[in-house]
Amino acid sequence: MADAADEFYVLHVNGAAREVRDAWVGESLLFVLRERLGLMGSKGACEQGECGSCSVLVDGVLVCSCLVLSAASTGQEITTIEGVAPVGAPNDVQQAFVDAGAVQCGFCTPGLIMATHALLERTTSPTELEIREELSGNICRCTGYGRIIDAVQRVAVSRRDGVSS
Amino acid sequence: MAVIVPRSLPDALRALADAPEAMVLAGGTDLMVEINGGHLRLHDVIAVNRVAELCSWRHDPSLRSLYIGAGVTYDEISQSPLAGWVPALAQAARTVGSPQIRHAATIGGNLGTCSPAGDGLPPLAALDAVVHLASATGERTLPFAEYMVGPKRTARLTGELIVGVTVPVLHGWQGYSKVGVRNAMVIATASAALVTDAAAGSVRIALGSVGPTILRCAEAEAFAATAIDVEAGSVSDAAVAEFAAIVRAAARPIDDHRSSAAYRRHAVGVLAARLLRRAFPNG
Repeated sequence: MADAADEFYVLHVNGAAREVRDAWVGESLLFVLRERLGLMGSKGACEQGECGSCSVLVDGVLVCSCLVLSAASTGQEITTIEGVAPVGAPNDVQQAFVDAGAVQCGFCTPGLIMATHALLERTTSPTELEIREELSGNICRCTGYGRIIDAVQRVAVSRRDGVSS
Repeated sequence: MAVIVPRSLPDALRALADAPEAMVLAGGTDLMVEINGGHLRLHDVIAVNRVAELCSWRHDPSLRSLYIGAGVTYDEISQSPLAGWVPALAQAARTVGSPQIRHAATIGGNLGTCSPAGDGLPPLAALDAVVHLASATGERTLPFAEYMVGPKRTARLTGELIVGVTVPVLHGWQGYSKVGVRNAMVIATASAALVTDAAAGSVRIALGSVGPTILRCAEAEAFAATAIDVEAGSVSDAAVAEFAAIVRAAARPIDDHRSSAAYRRHAVGVLAARLLRRAFPNG
């Protein structure tokens, strides 16, 4: 039988093996990332999968980390916002959000950056409707979404033009 | 108390036999909400989302049937090729939650929770789906109508695992419609799935969120069979209105925090009329 999680287990987060010790069996991946591994980029708000601010990639798939049972995620590659680019060197999606004014209070931004990466993996030339549907799991209460959609379109255009990586 | 992550079906069934009261965790989109909210006393957990057999599907063209493993996600169901074989189920899948939710949520999890508002369930009911259950001692199948026995209540026995569902691949238009307070991330206030069986010259309709279980509407189906012209793709406006009235009368909605019974009854008639007209666009 595979991984039974008792006293400790190992998660693979942003390319590194991280030991999780003395955890309660029901802890969500979001809780473990923030409270046990010190990765504060993923935000916790609704804890029921409605707001998307805790979005991470698990084996490359965009999910809400609040709905992932941490102890069942052993052996999977977990990518958080901290793993998408080094501090101080924003990637194209992060820079586009800044340039477009898509960041206001910033709480939803890490989740939206993760969702935008997933969206642009799926389609390189998204229509506005596709962007709205693909980002429908990420709630922003500041921007009204216009500048977020603008930011996504800027990245799509610049990637097509080969301006950015 | 432990979390077990079996990678094969025999391992999963053995784990469940060893701990029949264990919580079976599929995509986590229902169960983790309960756990995060502190509403569950957690015992052993068997996480089945990486059991390879559960995450696969099989299309059998000669039998005109599709077997979907319990661990297949709504994201996969909403896309080709599955969407081409069971369009109503694919449309329902696309209305589930958000991309994040659809990447995790599974058809087996929807069957496990078995809420009358579960989006996958009206298409399964309309398709006369067969639910596959397995335990360490054997397997059995149940028609969906016998599987769901009440709100969040099923005929699944302790020690049984939902392993998949078989649906027919039919000729003819099919679709799913749903009313909620917004377009995304919404639980159905009322929903309906309509499936045409062109070979049989009939339609089938199943209603969600307007009764204790998913409701098939036999009277509306019998009426529609006399009113539709499958060849011409036509049905009269009067017949569409009558179809909606029969559906409204068959609904058994309640007042709750999400809506009123009166609104649900009205809305499900609108959905039924809309679906029948889409299936038979000519007047």
